[in-house]
Amino acid sequence: MPSFSHFFHILTDTKGVFIKAMLLTLELTAVSIIIGIAIGLFFALLKISKIKILELISDTYVYLVRGTPLIVQIFILYFGISGIFLLPDFWAASLALALHNGAYISEILRGAIQAVDKGQMEAGRSLGMTKALALRRIILPQAFRRALPPLGNQFIISLKDSSLAAFISMNELFNVATTLGSNNFDEMTYLLIVAVYYLLLVALMTFVVNRFELKLAVSDR
Amino acid sequence: METKEMIKINQLNKSFGDLHVLKDINMTVLESDVVCLIGASGSGKSTLLRCLNFLEKKDNGEIIIEGNEVDPGTDNLNKIRERVGMVFQHFNLFPHKTVLENIIEAPIMVKGVNKEEAIFKAKQLLKKVGLEDKSDVYPSKLSGGQKQRVAIARALAMEPDIMLFDEPTSALDPELVGEVLTTMKELAEEGMTMVVVTHEMGFAREVADWIVYMHDGKIIERGNPEQFFNHPKEERTQEFLKTTMLK
Repeated sequence: MPSFSHFFHILTDTKGVFIKAMLLTLELTAVSIIIGIAIGLFFALLKISKIKILELISDTYVYLVRGTPLIVQIFILYFGISGIFLLPDFWAASLALALHNGAYISEILRGAIQAVDKGQMEAGRSLGMTKALALRRIILPQAFRRALPPLGNQFIISLKDSSLAAFISMNELFNVATTLGSNNFDEMTYLLIVAVYYLLLVALMTFVVNRFELKLAVSDR
Repeated sequence: METKEMIKINQLNKSFGDLHVLKDINMTVLESDVVCLIGASGSGKSTLLRCLNFLEKKDNGEIIIEGNEVDPGTDNLNKIRERVGMVFQHFNLFPHKTVLENIIEAPIMVKGVNKEEAIFKAKQLLKKVGLEDKSDVYPSKLSGGQKQRVAIARALAMEPDIMLFDEPTSALDPELVGEVLTTMKELAEEGMTMVVVTHEMGFAREVADWIVYMHDGKIIERGNPEQFFNHPKEERTQEFLKTTMLK
């Protein structure tokens, strides 16, 4: 184990390069979450459409994504798709993460939508709302609120999963840590440092999700 | 002038799987009528009510709303539902919206009423149901009776021609039943056409123009309250009244 003074010395020295890597990690995560939510919502709606073929499409997507490791998906997008049209590294990694997240988010949202009391849809319909309007104005806001804790969990997972982008040579946190570690024959120090950055990011993300939960919980008070 | 037929039902049938819940129902509701549907649970009265605004699909038979036969396959049910308000046993208020937002939601989003006008109207309705001080409160802060009065105001905000009530007081603590029934009674006195599924015999006796007694998916007897409660013709009605009046 490195000594504390050595650890803090390196931590301070490498601040610049790690912060740059941290921003890339944040970008990968943010893009994968935003696109992941859109994908997740889309497939959740297919799943609850009560139209057999659409349900099947949704099931298949979720099965394929959950059934294969993320690293395999990243490589398929990086090598496979790049063979057909050139996908920049960043987008190969982000899209793989987004598609991956989307499957889990769709299951979270589906569960949350189905957990909303069916009287809510009936109340909306009885006031003359179309199904789409009632879904948008009545059901989804309640479902999102219910989905927030598991979504927060998923966001944290996707933040840490973004480390797999290191394997297609994205200079995000994990890649920077392992590269610097082996260059300096000091792997443990750099791994501990990168752990600190991840913990910071997770703390930030937890804080944001909690604030959001509080904001949405206003109707309970 | 002839009184307008608000609802007319001819030979309505409805099954859930093997269970035949509505059997050849015929019924007419005239303008300003208050009709109370009574009967034991499972008799089909709630299903009948839900068929009237097409929350349940009929199997066959005719449902004529304000002179027009409704074909759920081709007609725009949303347009009909705008004219037929519904109050539910469990209120079904929107928990993520304040009382005021609950009331203005449909007028703005469905009818395209502008916001100031919708708010003005909503405040009037809240005053009418005695809750003008609750407009910015969330439903979770209200008692059951208050929730149900908000639900009534929410339905009225669409300016319906007909109001349907599905056991509006069944989920309430006994001491809260009165305030809801009072609101409904006022509405009846204003001439609203109402169909009410209820177990409140006192309300039915006092407010209803017609009582319809259902048993096992069929209409067994109908009559005005005096006739129905004091001189029931059918044996099954007599038995039902005996057991309910004991409570």
